[in-house]
Amino acid sequence: MEQLSGGDMLIRALHDEGVDLIFGYPGGAVLHIYDAIFRQDKIEHILVRHEQAATHAADGYARATGKPGVVLVTSGPGATNAITGIATAYMDSIPMVVISGQVESRLIGTDGFQETDMVGVSRPVVKHSFMVQDAADIPMIVKKAFYIATTGRPGPVVIDIPKDITDPKLKLPYEYPADIKMRSYTVPGKGHSGQIKKAVDALLGAKRPMIYAGGGVIQGEGAELLTKLTQKLGSPITNTLMGLGAYPASDKQFLGMLGMHGTYEANMAMHYCDVLLGIGVRFDDRVTNSDTSKFCPEATILHVDIDPASISKTVAADVPIVGSVTAVLEEMLECLEQSDQEVDSEALTTWWQQIEKWREKDSLGVTPHEDGRIKPQQVVQALHRITQGDAYVSSDVGQHQMFAAQYYGFDKPRRWINSGGLGTMGFGLPAAMGVQLAYRDAVSVCVTGEGSFQMNLQEFATCMQYNLPIKIICLNNQSLGMVRQWQDMQYGGRYSHSTYAESLPDFVKLAEAYGHVGIRIENLSDLDAKLEEAFALKDKLVFVDVRVDPEEHVYPMAIKGGAMKDMILSKTERT
Amino acid sequence: MRRIISLLMENEPGALSRVVGLFSQRSYNIDSLTVAPTEDNSLSRLTVVTSGDERKIEQITKHLNKIVDVVKLVDLSEGAHIERELMLIKVKAVGAQRAEIQRMADIFRAQIVDITPGAYSIQLTGTSEKLDAFIAAQAENSVLEVVRTGVCGIARGEKVLTL
Repeated sequence: MEQLSGGDMLIRALHDEGVDLIFGYPGGAVLHIYDAIFRQDKIEHILVRHEQAATHAADGYARATGKPGVVLVTSGPGATNAITGIATAYMDSIPMVVISGQVESRLIGTDGFQETDMVGVSRPVVKHSFMVQDAADIPMIVKKAFYIATTGRPGPVVIDIPKDITDPKLKLPYEYPADIKMRSYTVPGKGHSGQIKKAVDALLGAKRPMIYAGGGVIQGEGAELLTKLTQKLGSPITNTLMGLGAYPASDKQFLGMLGMHGTYEANMAMHYCDVLLGIGVRFDDRVTNSDTSKFCPEATILHVDIDPASISKTVAADVPIVGSVTAVLEEMLECLEQSDQEVDSEALTTWWQQIEKWREKDSLGVTPHEDGRIKPQQVVQALHRITQGDAYVSSDVGQHQMFAAQYYGFDKPRRWINSGGLGTMGFGLPAAMGVQLAYRDAVSVCVTGEGSFQMNLQEFATCMQYNLPIKIICLNNQSLGMVRQWQDMQYGGRYSHSTYAESLPDFVKLAEAYGHVGIRIENLSDLDAKLEEAFALKDKLVFVDVRVDPEEHVYPMAIKGGAMKDMILSKTERT
Repeated sequence: MRRIISLLMENEPGALSRVVGLFSQRSYNIDSLTVAPTEDNSLSRLTVVTSGDERKIEQITKHLNKIVDVVKLVDLSEGAHIERELMLIKVKAVGAQRAEIQRMADIFRAQIVDITPGAYSIQLTGTSEKLDAFIAAQAENSVLEVVRTGVCGIARGEKVLTL
């Protein structure tokens, strides 16, 4: 059997696991591993400029491809810098394996240089973690880590490796395990057939059905089956922020996103439906609003999820189904086919008439300014036109994120890449790097704000090094827009630390300083032409600094403490 | 509602901290916690006494089951079960008190395991309630020190928690 050092074993095991790309940053505790990377050519390593960006880039790669993202960081600050990105992946159930260096075994617990208890620090934000105590265990631990990260409800897994374990002088026989069995970890597969039948009967008997689909449908590769089911049932459907793309936005049965900034028709249909199918969702507080007792008061709730702990966590399910979305959807479709009952088309017609009335409200309507000032929503609409709705769009967090979610209209899964659960500013650019590295020829766009962008702008350098022609669309309102919006609405317009117009950098010059292209757009009449100019520069990263109206708010907006039907629709109108 | 949840987990470093971390992370109560290896030394048995309404207990058991190191779990309070806790208690014992404490220990089937001219150390096993009652029965200001193991439990009959 081949004899390898721990460092070589690790890289070989990653290769045997099918990894071809890792994101990382070197340091003392991982130098043996970096030397192993240098001496091989099967795995490409992307050198980021901050460990947080490594995790977000791996995360973006994972969201776009469905494959696990892989990160390599050193001990101490390298490891702690990765925590925000690990927590981001954890909240959104993204498969990721993070390898962190650790001080030598003999130094653990002595407050050694760059020592941090990574297993302890990361514990609340990982699906599982390992501390390698013997180099011989590396292949099995890597195998287990990938298995845990990618199966069931996916999530990040940390492997912490003390430096002496990767010592090149210590060589051991290497064999990668072909498969894995863990007595303490089982993955839910098929759902309970009786429950599935019950759910299908409820949907067929529904007078006002509604489907509420989330990120689980995308993670579980269930978008196609869900589309089939929705169309068979003729039911309206809404997607969560994480679920955008699980059902084509351009289809007439799609009511838009729901929740805090959901459309009027989606939130109204949720409130008044009589049967609700929640699939790959977790009834998050940004959906249900704060008081769950007012949530969908008339509905029988069917809840499908792979994680039993997500079911009846915040809202009690009448028909709980634990299983993978694909297995459950397949069985639901079969059940539907075999049933002698038809959907109640008369009731459905009435239901759709009601929904069309809600739609007429046009809650996402944009009235342009006449003086050339640009509304942020118009930028996203223009972006959709110019990219023909076919870009990978990553975003940061804030108003621009909501505008992108509301106005881009995602027709395919894995195209919308955003930090939904943790809401991590600084996510957008590194995530767009991960997307671009996964799909070199795709259009990778980052919709950001001048606030979020400054949280990871050092990645301009990484984009230059690896020639990543990302298009960054910055909705520059010269303030922390969402904070400012809340201050407008709840704090009498007292802008406590949310504005900084006088200290903003010249983003065009900044982009140029890193060797990229910068374009500024200040007038609505230039919007389309200059955006087209940016996208025509196919081989260049272009930073488009769009000066937008800072007064603009994101609407609709849920009224705190209300039901889903209670929304603020504009600065002057509420439901 | 008081519940006794007992589980088998991998005898791995970090496993206990994952269980304890879950309780603090999600603000669940821990009334008592015991953990020790079993006859199979790859497994530890952990028993936690907690409280909450049905929904909370359901969440606790679901989240415990999600922990990768947790192999199997049972809510002992769902069925007939035996629970025991061991207490060591040191009480002042001088003059007439000495005979009184001896009598009380007999009534509770406790054992006096150490004696000095001024104090008795007593060992008592039973349900938490019984242990509470013994402490309450002591004369005012006579209790010097109390140490309790926390509850461990086992189902009645042939039902077993095993792999």
